Amino acid sequence: MALSHLSSTRSNRFLRPLAAAAAAAAASSLCRPISTSTEPLVIETSIPFTPHKCEPPSRSVETNPQELLTFFRDMATMRRMEIAADSLYKAKLIRGFCHLYDGQEAVCVGMEASINKKDCIITAYRDHCTFLGRGGTLLEIFSELMGRQGGCSKGKGGSMHFYKKESGFYGGHGIVGAQVPLGCGLAFAQKYNKDENVTFALYGDGAANQGQLFEALNISALWDLPIILVCENNHYGMGTAEWRAAKSPSYYKRGDYVPGLKVDGMDVLAVKQACKFAKEHVLKNGPIILEMDTYRYHGHSMSDPGSTYRTRDEISGVRQERDPIERVRKLVLGHDLATEKELKDIEKEIRKEVDEAIAKAKESPMPEPSELFTNVYVKGFGTESFGADRKELRATLP
Amino acid sequence: MATVFQGLGATAAITAAANPLDSNKLLLSSRRSFPGKKTSLVVVRSDGSLNLNTGSSAGARRLDQLVTNAVATKADAAAASSASKPGHELLLFEALREGLEEEMDRDNRVCVMGEDVGHYGGSYKVTRGLADKFGDLRVLDTPIAENAFTGMGIGAAMTGLRPIVEGMNMGFLLLAFNQISNNCGMLHYTSGGQFTIPIVIRGPGGVGRQLGAEHSQRLESYFQSIPGIQMVACSTPYNAKGLMKAAIRSENPVILFEHVLLYNLKERIPDEEYICNLEEAEMVRPGEHITILTYSRMRYHVMQAAKTLVNKGYDPEVIDIRSLKPFDLHTIGNSVKKTHRVLIVEECMRTGGIGASLTAAINENFIDYLDAPIMCLSSQDVPTPYAGTLEEFTIVQPAQIVTAVEQLCQ
Repeated sequence: MALSHLSSTRSNRFLRPLAAAAAAAAASSLCRPISTSTEPLVIETSIPFTPHKCEPPSRSVETNPQELLTFFRDMATMRRMEIAADSLYKAKLIRGFCHLYDGQEAVCVGMEASINKKDCIITAYRDHCTFLGRGGTLLEIFSELMGRQGGCSKGKGGSMHFYKKESGFYGGHGIVGAQVPLGCGLAFAQKYNKDENVTFALYGDGAANQGQLFEALNISALWDLPIILVCENNHYGMGTAEWRAAKSPSYYKRGDYVPGLKVDGMDVLAVKQACKFAKEHVLKNGPIILEMDTYRYHGHSMSDPGSTYRTRDEISGVRQERDPIERVRKLVLGHDLATEKELKDIEKEIRKEVDEAIAKAKESPMPEPSELFTNVYVKGFGTESFGADRKELRATLP
Repeated sequence: MATVFQGLGATAAITAAANPLDSNKLLLSSRRSFPGKKTSLVVVRSDGSLNLNTGSSAGARRLDQLVTNAVATKADAAAASSASKPGHELLLFEALREGLEEEMDRDNRVCVMGEDVGHYGGSYKVTRGLADKFGDLRVLDTPIAENAFTGMGIGAAMTGLRPIVEGMNMGFLLLAFNQISNNCGMLHYTSGGQFTIPIVIRGPGGVGRQLGAEHSQRLESYFQSIPGIQMVACSTPYNAKGLMKAAIRSENPVILFEHVLLYNLKERIPDEEYICNLEEAEMVRPGEHITILTYSRMRYHVMQAAKTLVNKGYDPEVIDIRSLKPFDLHTIGNSVKKTHRVLIVEECMRTGGIGASLTAAINENFIDYLDAPIMCLSSQDVPTPYAGTLEEFTIVQPAQIVTAVEQLCQ
């Protein structure tokens, strides 16, 4: 990187009369500001991991410039996507419930970096970014949010029901906590089929108080299921702060006999390290709980302003000090992996991508009326019926 | 809902009935009245006992055999008549086990999970011996956590496994209602067809012998509105095995309702492999005068009543509907078109039971063929009492069925 400084100063001296842009162009042609190198880079996480009944992984995370830039791009795309969804909701193109993930991007991006598509992820209703991370496209997301045919669930699922079977993304569930036993089922199947893969079952601090969580902990520990229970602790269960809902807000310790790890969920490298550690642990020793200390900027959903139970100062404070994208930006700039302008260009590009996806999604048609009755049953053994009397409701659909 | 429900009184004149199971105690002369319903005094004909209808004279003896002659078969399976080959005799729970074992042998993805299904062999012995044969993972003993293990079964089914979740008693599955309704029934739809849930949820339900209110529940009425699931109820060893196999092979989630009191029924079933159609009703006894629709244990009360009815000169057509969701309106419709009178006998509660839905369905589709309003005999809307006498009053007894038929056929 010293080379770039040298070349730019030299060119500045000789090409002073020329516009700075030309100089910059000359400088950039001599080196590559956006690094695509895969040279390992070791970065320390900002805070150590807090273990419960296990040895924590090291704070030094191995990464490389290309990966860091991918993190930046992915998280920026997710952020842009969620903000666009916010505007679409206010424009009444998205209806019903819309739970946005901005602020929490580091969790799903860090997780993806440590696993492959054969590992399964299952989460609750705040699933737009997790779906994107698993290989979903912006077009599928926006189409589904607007209830169009091109959506990942053909417009029949909505915001809370994104699924991608081929990439091991099992949703997308509306009822708090119900996805955790399903996650145990995914892990059970992995154990049954003897794959060397794991399941990440995500839930929130609100769901951590559900009885089925404890049932799931018991059965996964009893049968050594390869499941990693990830508590995305954003400190609020809709409007109720965690200290008002839980006697013991140390969700990583809730497993008692199941080991746990508390992770800074706003630090994508910490998340990556923790998930990598968890995957190795679980394949040998049975389940583990990861508590991701994270934060959501929006309210619980678009119907919740998010400011009645917390102060705006708190939200902006977290945004200033712990924002995951800003952290990666600082890392990238600090290690000279790209210039500020390049990062801004990436963001502009992402914005354009998102706008294009929205425009294309708006063109996608609404589902056909006959789609009302498809996928109720799988065809086979003659079931074409919809109601108890094999008849469909004969009504003209608008 | 049935438009006419009249208080039925069993009178002492029903002596021709050949020892109905539990209805001896019902030979009361008092009239039972039900709040809010029309009641009327029923007079039983006194000549019924002497007048044997020669057309169905062999009916009384043939009834036993007719019960076992099931009609339904899968299109390419062997013929179902148990008279064709010697076959082997077994009890209903053994038939369920046979079906289960055959399917587990046939497909590695089939596994069982439930409380005490493994080492204990199943609380009703349906899974006895399977854990020794297939191992602890394929026949999984779960802790008492219905929500969790039903959810686990559904999650496993999402990946392609074919689990069979056993509720030790159907009533316990109420704890897993969220999983069954939201995940099992709806995931195929909300994922746009990406996931199929080939799960079978089975267990004994129904009113047993003084098991108490919480252990005598009939969950078919609660589950019937869940879109995306199929419900079947078995009643004989033959259809138990056939329906079990069909349910396991089906790509849809199927809830198989067994009955606590039917596990020890003995029957001769064919040696060769067969499957029953999940959506087909079973013609138990063809007839001309009235269609009696029933399922599960009430089938036996109906057949008991049919003996009496035949002696009195009636010719009831008895159909075991088997498929509770969806209804086999083809078979039922043909029967209604023939007899023009319908009596539904079920064990569900009066309110919102399978009979209520069936009445609505028949009324909507076949109103032109009915000569009389549909009558629906169901259990009373009460928690099942412990006391034996009260428990008998809760469910429909053969004597009431006889009276109802006579009323409808006037």
